[in-house]
Amino acid sequence: MPETGKPAGKQRNADRVFQWMTALCAGIVLLLMAGFFVRLLLSSRLSLAHFGWRFLISNEWNPYRGEFGALSSLYGTLVSTAIAMIIAVPLSLAIALFLVEMAGPRVRRIVGSAIELLAAIPSIIFGMWGLFIFAPFAAKYLQPALGKSLGFLPLFKGPPMGVGILTAGFILALMILPFISAVMRDVFQMVPAVVKESAYGMGATTWEVTRKITVRYGIRGLVGACFLGLGRAVGETMAVTFVIGNRHDVSASLFAAGNSIASTLANEFTEASEPLYLSSLVELGLILFILSLALQVMAHYWLRSLSRSMGAGL
Amino acid sequence: MIHRSMARRKMINRLVQALSAAAALAGLFVLAWVLIVVVQRGSAAISWDFFFHRVAPAGVEGGGIANALAGSAILVGLAILFGVPIGLLAGVYLAEFGKHSRLGAVVRFSTNVLMGIPSIIVGLFVYTLLVLPTGHFSAWAGAVALAILMLPVIARTTEDMLELVPNALRESAMALGAPRWKVTLGIVFRAAKTGLLTGMLLAVARISGETAPLLFTCMNSDYWPTSLNAPTANLTVTIFTRAMSPYADWQRLAWGAALIITLSVLALNISARLMLRGKSHV
Repeated sequence: MPETGKPAGKQRNADRVFQWMTALCAGIVLLLMAGFFVRLLLSSRLSLAHFGWRFLISNEWNPYRGEFGALSSLYGTLVSTAIAMIIAVPLSLAIALFLVEMAGPRVRRIVGSAIELLAAIPSIIFGMWGLFIFAPFAAKYLQPALGKSLGFLPLFKGPPMGVGILTAGFILALMILPFISAVMRDVFQMVPAVVKESAYGMGATTWEVTRKITVRYGIRGLVGACFLGLGRAVGETMAVTFVIGNRHDVSASLFAAGNSIASTLANEFTEASEPLYLSSLVELGLILFILSLALQVMAHYWLRSLSRSMGAGL
Repeated sequence: MIHRSMARRKMINRLVQALSAAAALAGLFVLAWVLIVVVQRGSAAISWDFFFHRVAPAGVEGGGIANALAGSAILVGLAILFGVPIGLLAGVYLAEFGKHSRLGAVVRFSTNVLMGIPSIIVGLFVYTLLVLPTGHFSAWAGAVALAILMLPVIARTTEDMLELVPNALRESAMALGAPRWKVTLGIVFRAAKTGLLTGMLLAVARISGETAPLLFTCMNSDYWPTSLNAPTANLTVTIFTRAMSPYADWQRLAWGAALIITLSVLALNISARLMLRGKSHV
């Protein structure tokens, strides 16, 4: 339908306005990224000035005395994330392998969607399930078994309480599993069929093709998938808050209660009345933001370099 | 490979296959376990009062989650109002105008990164932006936090869906003299309708289960929502406070609310998936 009634100039103006509006909305994304950093930095300047670098290495967390240190939260975040990765990465690799190389189209669709649905379950539901169902189960069966077989390590010493850093790591593993396996599945599917078929033609078994062809071909994507999972795990809040035990302490035992940056924020933020207390909590948030930003940037860097080398989008 | 016997290679292969099938089964098992627990415990809490009464104060028997249901609906509705138009237009920019520009690349990268920023950080940001200056929690702040979480999801799916629309469609519309905005909103959007709707459903599913961004923005309340400028009751924070309480009665309420949230999030997800699949068959 030609717009005969309107002069061409007016149309061009409308188009320019439209284009500017879309660019403005796209700019909001950039503004938000910058805004996160600036606002968190500004709101934590009191604690930054007061504690300096000491904040990162001090284990003191005492709202009454006005002493705050991030060590136990950092420790809990890193250790629970590490446990999650140790469990989730091999499992995700196996699931992706199953979906791409072994399952028929029907099974692949059903199992694939079910695993993706696992990612859709809200964090707080995992938290409740973890606290009321999984933690008692872990205290009764999992932790005593670990204590019996590996109890000579300080990691598995102490009473099995159920809640604690180990349980938090387990729940985190279940939560990041679908993300990692979905990306790994996509990476596996990007490997050209011809390459795999020629290996099969040489008489290689499925496992040999996977180990020597698929994994090598997609290694950058697999690394990216792991970083993506890491980025999710460090900031996961509600599930961890339910099961980590919420104690400001660094303990060698994984059975012990601890806390993470996110769980400290969730638990204490609304109670913080002192400006220094509030500012210290925001500084914790700033640390978490920088941490997850770095992980996300690395993840997308690896994934992009893979898809560029393969000439396909991921 | 010659030095390894065929039998051994085959055995290793079978072992790996068995392990990966077991891993997939373990994933299914966890999903089933969580769902069964939520349905079992949640359905025990469902009653007439549960849906039509507000949360009872401490020490009072009974009560429901009606005020939290209403509050959550308000929050999600407002978030859609803020998040969807901005996300759609940002997606239009990425797909139609900024495809090969440097700004487009930067925005695309930031959108991906923004998608993985922990939701509690978004809550913290909105707290410093809207709660600190005004001095009180509000439904506005909660909705803004949820909208920020929606934005990258909608922008990315919009871009992906618009890119599936063949260029010939745009060219033929423009050859007829239609201006670019009309081509985009009237023709490209219509062609990508199902995909865009899917993206919105997924984004709504993502935010309706979120708790962390609401903790410091709209908090929670035991009363009916009366003002958008006041702390507002919502399902997820209600679940958090009730589940962490020592009272069995309150924990039962939390399970009931957990059932409602889980069912609605899964329903949104599954319908989005079905819509997309229905489309890909055409």
